[in-house]
Amino acid sequence: MAIPVVYNPRSVKVRWTSAVVAVLGVAGTVGVFVAMLSLARGFKATLVSSGSSGNALVLRAGATAEIMGAVTLDEVKVLEDAPGVARTAEGPLVSPETVVVAPFPLRATGTDANVQVRGVSPRALEVRSKVKIVEGRFFRPGVAELIVGRNATRTYAGLALDNAVKFGGGTWSVVGVFDSGGTAFDSEVWCDGRVLNQVYHRPENVFQSVTVHLTSSDAFQQFKDAVTADPRMSVDISREVDYYDKQSRALTTLIVVLGSIVATVMGIGAVFGALNTMYSAVAERSREIATMRAIGFGAASVVVSFLIEALLISSLGGALGCVAVLPLNGFTTGAMNWQTFSHLAFAFRVTPALLLWGILFALVMGLVGGLPPAIRAARRPVALALRAL
Amino acid sequence: MVRVDGGRGSSSLIQVRGLDKKYQRGSEEIHVLQGLNLDVDKGDFVAFMGPSGSGKTTLLNLIGGLDVPSAGSITVAGDEITHMSRSKLTEWRARHVGFVFQMYNLIPVLTAFQNVELPLLLTKLSKADRRKHVETALAIVGLVDRTDHYPRQLSGGQEQRVAIARAIVSDPTFLLCDELTGDLDRKSADEIMNLIQRLMKEFGKTVLMVTHDPVVAQRADVTLHLEKGVLVEAAKPEGVTAGGLA
Repeated sequence: MAIPVVYNPRSVKVRWTSAVVAVLGVAGTVGVFVAMLSLARGFKATLVSSGSSGNALVLRAGATAEIMGAVTLDEVKVLEDAPGVARTAEGPLVSPETVVVAPFPLRATGTDANVQVRGVSPRALEVRSKVKIVEGRFFRPGVAELIVGRNATRTYAGLALDNAVKFGGGTWSVVGVFDSGGTAFDSEVWCDGRVLNQVYHRPENVFQSVTVHLTSSDAFQQFKDAVTADPRMSVDISREVDYYDKQSRALTTLIVVLGSIVATVMGIGAVFGALNTMYSAVAERSREIATMRAIGFGAASVVVSFLIEALLISSLGGALGCVAVLPLNGFTTGAMNWQTFSHLAFAFRVTPALLLWGILFALVMGLVGGLPPAIRAARRPVALALRAL
Repeated sequence: MVRVDGGRGSSSLIQVRGLDKKYQRGSEEIHVLQGLNLDVDKGDFVAFMGPSGSGKTTLLNLIGGLDVPSAGSITVAGDEITHMSRSKLTEWRARHVGFVFQMYNLIPVLTAFQNVELPLLLTKLSKADRRKHVETALAIVGLVDRTDHYPRQLSGGQEQRVAIARAIVSDPTFLLCDELTGDLDRKSADEIMNLIQRLMKEFGKTVLMVTHDPVVAQRADVTLHLEKGVLVEAAKPEGVTAGGLA
């Protein structure tokens, strides 16, 4: 049988000062680790949730982002007639869209940040059912009016309801605020696509993307096959959700890589902290260990006992780190979306899975920091250690 | 009967033959024990005396399987321990040896009960049986009312009694006591020695004890002097028989 487990927490309690140092080291590392991952998770979730599996996004062939696209009005007509497109009495649910970037001052710093302005069709709210007007009203077709995403109105100065703002050479009235349920659209400003084209002196009959609402998610393949088989069309078609997933990858990967590097460097420090704590524990208790070895506890029991102690310390640190980052959950921050060159607001997402990763990371640190001292404890000659004062 | 000439057969409980122990200290080789012989029967109470560095504790550690000799053999109850692997030796110690140390060596974060229970965790006894054994051992040493006390809450004499209870709780073949009264006042030392003698007489325990204290040594059946690694004389000439000590 192993050395009683009660031995470990009580020993930790006795040497609480050195244990606290190790616990804080692990807690800091796990906190940073989980915070960085929750940042990446939040960014990805915000973008991915922008897409709907029941929508298809049509771009010019070869374009990897809306901003690079060009879809003509003739092509829009073909899309509207394609099979699988949802229709109402007013016609097909298709939104040809134009995207530009306009600078607006951030409320927090006063410095300009790029905001994505999306020119949409008057049927945009039917195409994107997640988007709801929560204040004011929808813009009138053909008028220089704006509706502003909930995050955009909070984040940028001047984008409040009933304000008049100038950009792109025109003066616009903010007539409504919309909520898209925490998606990337909440960071955008929407207006009539045709008006946007006019103000920006863009060709009237060319759009950058077309969002198509399908009769169902299963209708996607039928729609795609029909459109791509049409020799008049030179477009790429993807599910809207896949498009946004792809958009999120670059920054998500960057955050995860940077976060992992920072966490690894901090983790090395924390492991040294754990090593120091456990080596001093072994040194202070060498006679206790020798006594237990003399009584008949094997080397493996000693190793397991000290590992349990190291894991106890590191799991305490891990739990503390996780608790420390919990308040970040839902906290909104912003970053540049490199695909659109616009500022995107998103919230940290501290999920149970990330907390589990944090605890696992802490346990790995405990294992790495606890094993060498545990082995040293077990290998020390008993007769020699019994003489230790 | 205790003999130091190596002349007996294999009937002794503890049989030491030609025991050598050398240590390397820098470039210097220290020959602690040199061809030592010893026979101890079941129920014997032997005291080892000698100046510091004479090898008393080393001899005790070797007989207790805590250290390995440079040469020679040690046989206990028919088991030759000198060639056992580390893990076998650990198991052997758990079954056969009860240790009592000068500084008591109790685990400070465990109660008296938990300290005494430690050796039983290595057996297949149920929790209820372990409790019975521990309570019996603590009753023998007169500490049934101190089961939940931590070592820091006990006097030196009480701590040593707990250590003795821990040493006897698994009913080992013999007890090894290293300066067990060295950290106690005379009164406490006497009480501890009374307890050891009682264990010997009532329970037939075999006891090997290292001490610097001649008063304590007198309590033993036989006192052997170690000097420069060799058993050189018997402290109780009246116990000497032909070729050995009784």
